[in-house]
Amino acid sequence: MGSMENLVTQIQGLSGSVEDIAHLHNILKLADEALHSESSMLSAVLDQVDPARHSLGYLYILEAFTSGPVSKEQALTLVPILARFINFCDAQQIRLAPDKFVSVCKRFKDHVLLIESPLRGVSPMRTAVRKLQTTFEHLTTLHPEFLLLCLLSKSYKIGLSVLEDDIFDIDQPRDLFLYCYYGGMICIGQKRFRKALELLHNVVTAPMNIINAIAVEAYKKYILVSLIHYGQFSTSLPKYASSAAQRNLKNFCQPYIELATTYSSGKIAELETYVQTNREKFDNDKNLGLVKQVVSSMYKHNIQRLTQTYLTLSLQDIASTVQLGSPKEAEMHVLQMIQDGEIFATINQKDGMVRFLEDPEQYKTCEMIEHIDSSIRRIMTLSRKLNAMDELMSYDPLYLTKVGRERQRFDFDDFDTVPQKFPI
Amino acid sequence: MEPEDEIYENGGEQPARSKPIISGEQLDVEAYASLYKDRTKVARLLFIADHCNNEAMQLEALRMAYDEIKRGENTLLFREVVEKIGGRLGDKYGMDSAWCETVDRRAEQKKERLESELNSYRTNLIKESIRMGYNDFGDFHYAHGALGDAFKSYVRTRDYCTTSKHIISMCMNAILVSIEMGQFTHVTSYVSKAEQTPEALDQITIAKLRCAAGLAHLETKKYKLAARKFLETGPELGSHYNEVIAPQDVATYGGLCALASFDRTELKNKVIDNVNFRNFLELVPEVRELINDFYSSHYASCLEYLGNLKPNLLLDIHLHDHVETLYDQIRHKALIQYTHPFVSVDLHMMANAFKTSVAGLEKELEALITDNQIQARIDSHNKILYARHADQRNATFQRVLQTGGEFDQDVRSMLLRANLIKYDHNLRALRKL
Repeated sequence: MGSMENLVTQIQGLSGSVEDIAHLHNILKLADEALHSESSMLSAVLDQVDPARHSLGYLYILEAFTSGPVSKEQALTLVPILARFINFCDAQQIRLAPDKFVSVCKRFKDHVLLIESPLRGVSPMRTAVRKLQTTFEHLTTLHPEFLLLCLLSKSYKIGLSVLEDDIFDIDQPRDLFLYCYYGGMICIGQKRFRKALELLHNVVTAPMNIINAIAVEAYKKYILVSLIHYGQFSTSLPKYASSAAQRNLKNFCQPYIELATTYSSGKIAELETYVQTNREKFDNDKNLGLVKQVVSSMYKHNIQRLTQTYLTLSLQDIASTVQLGSPKEAEMHVLQMIQDGEIFATINQKDGMVRFLEDPEQYKTCEMIEHIDSSIRRIMTLSRKLNAMDELMSYDPLYLTKVGRERQRFDFDDFDTVPQKFPI
Repeated sequence: MEPEDEIYENGGEQPARSKPIISGEQLDVEAYASLYKDRTKVARLLFIADHCNNEAMQLEALRMAYDEIKRGENTLLFREVVEKIGGRLGDKYGMDSAWCETVDRRAEQKKERLESELNSYRTNLIKESIRMGYNDFGDFHYAHGALGDAFKSYVRTRDYCTTSKHIISMCMNAILVSIEMGQFTHVTSYVSKAEQTPEALDQITIAKLRCAAGLAHLETKKYKLAARKFLETGPELGSHYNEVIAPQDVATYGGLCALASFDRTELKNKVIDNVNFRNFLELVPEVRELINDFYSSHYASCLEYLGNLKPNLLLDIHLHDHVETLYDQIRHKALIQYTHPFVSVDLHMMANAFKTSVAGLEKELEALITDNQIQARIDSHNKILYARHADQRNATFQRVLQTGGEFDQDVRSMLLRANLIKYDHNLRALRKL
């Protein structure tokens, strides 16, 4: 017990300057085992330490304290403590021990799920993500945890706020897979299909040596979303996709590929019977809702195609060409699409005619110019980043040894500036 | 007639054109068959017999085929035809076993004689005689319907050809057999072989080669090339090649392929103003008329001619497979050409010009617009077709933004992948340490 009091004094004394904290970190590392062995007595110690000022010490104690299994009742008391720590802790200090912080946060997530109120975890977890990441481009292990909480609590909008950051730095590939998969689902929930496609695409085409379940599930959703958004799906993966994905993904998603083929025939009745016969498969994958959206999107795409060919068309004709039951139904569809900005048209209810208009966007407004300007800026930043990365790569010793080794197999005559590793 | 009316009545009823359109109600089998000789005559007659639903015509064709075969030596084909007739033409056209036997016996003897002759030539190594021997063998097999053997024998003469004349005759024989076998890749290769001979060819041979090449292209659905070849065919062809093709066919095949694949200027320069081809067209006035109608935009009468020709063309041994495709293409071309100069077109007027219903026309136009062959949109309410002029500026903006967005996304996912790969690499490097 004496050593514990000693430790508390050290924590309280050494939380001031940067050097002190570094020193404290070493002490804490040494004391970590002792802390774990005495985890049951730590709740009293916790009260003597301030989460905001003595964050590092608090983190070590808290980690040791929560390391054991917990019951539901315990979880109820723990959640507020953890949430308070996450909200008040000092970002500089906890970043010294990211592993500890991540495991504390993961436990926090587990507890929140244990007491079945994921919503309570959303906001602290978001704070945790922000505190842990060094830049907005940094993908932490906490990202997927946060998105999972968002998904479970259906608070998609908060999830989107994190998804809008462009991430580049990755700690673990698994983080990225999960982040993109959950992110894709959140975007689907918000009907942001473009963004969802982008995220799912990242999962499917990510480099991998063996196929993984996340990629398979993501590919299924990718097929469905692609049908909803574009009305078509090409089964060929881009060249940069890993060979594992190229070879195996399709075999795992056969019903979905067939769905896409049926879709491309453009016959709504065929699609519906196909969905009916394979209902169970889609339901097992929890994709039935999306599949239903696919079916209804076919009407949309068919109507959209009509806008390319017709200036005016009666609701009756629309209903018969896109195989809708009645002109009334056609009217509802057209109305919905006009509201969503998917087509430009006016309905004349007197004679039941729909008049399709051209896209009224003239690309003359200030907003449009600003939008274009911001796009240009974005792309400039991106290309700068690309250049920087290229440069970084070109003097990476590992890369150079590899290139040098391969270069040697060719003639000595095709000399170029890449340094070669000559055998001695 | 007021000039304005002329536009409206475009292709519609024209009092000046009171000349009745010749309807090809019934194919005159006898007249048709007289255009050809030898095996193609038999083949064509049998084709007609197999494909027409008119019994009288079928029997007529079979009867003529029977007579023609009797003149030759092909007993296999003879038996087939007799079976097809099935006694429907009376005893005169029944099985003639005696004839078959004598022919077969004679064939057997001839074959032995040819073999011994060829062997003696081969031992003596007289090139010219060996060539002649193989050639005779080819003729013999051809006459008896063994096309594969005939082709082999003819091709074998190649090693013994000494002059380009020989080469050409070898090529012509090979082409003849290949056409009948339906091996049109051989036809193309032997045509080019014949054309490569150093000596100048005589006009008739050139014309024959053009026809053969045209047929080969037609069969492989390269209608534009087929049209070019038929159009290049010289008038010297006459009836010299009627063991394969009649000049009437050259006009029909060439004309239809040209209509389906040429644009307006090409049609004018290469077909209508083509003096050589005009001679051919004179033989088939319907085709000449319909080409002129098409060019002068009298679509209704053009399509009517086409409609009348159709049943007969379907009975043509070479064209029947392609009639539907060619007709579709011609019709599409007509529709596109009709709409091209206008900013707006009244669908009633257009339907009238094409002798079809407005609803049907709408469907056809819809398909063409979806295919991006016509840049226009249909006002289904007022039944007017409006030409659509793409706004270059807006389209450019749209494209730029879209490309930018795609680039943005691509680069980002590329950087991500690069980082992942780097991670994997680092992991492996760490493991090595």
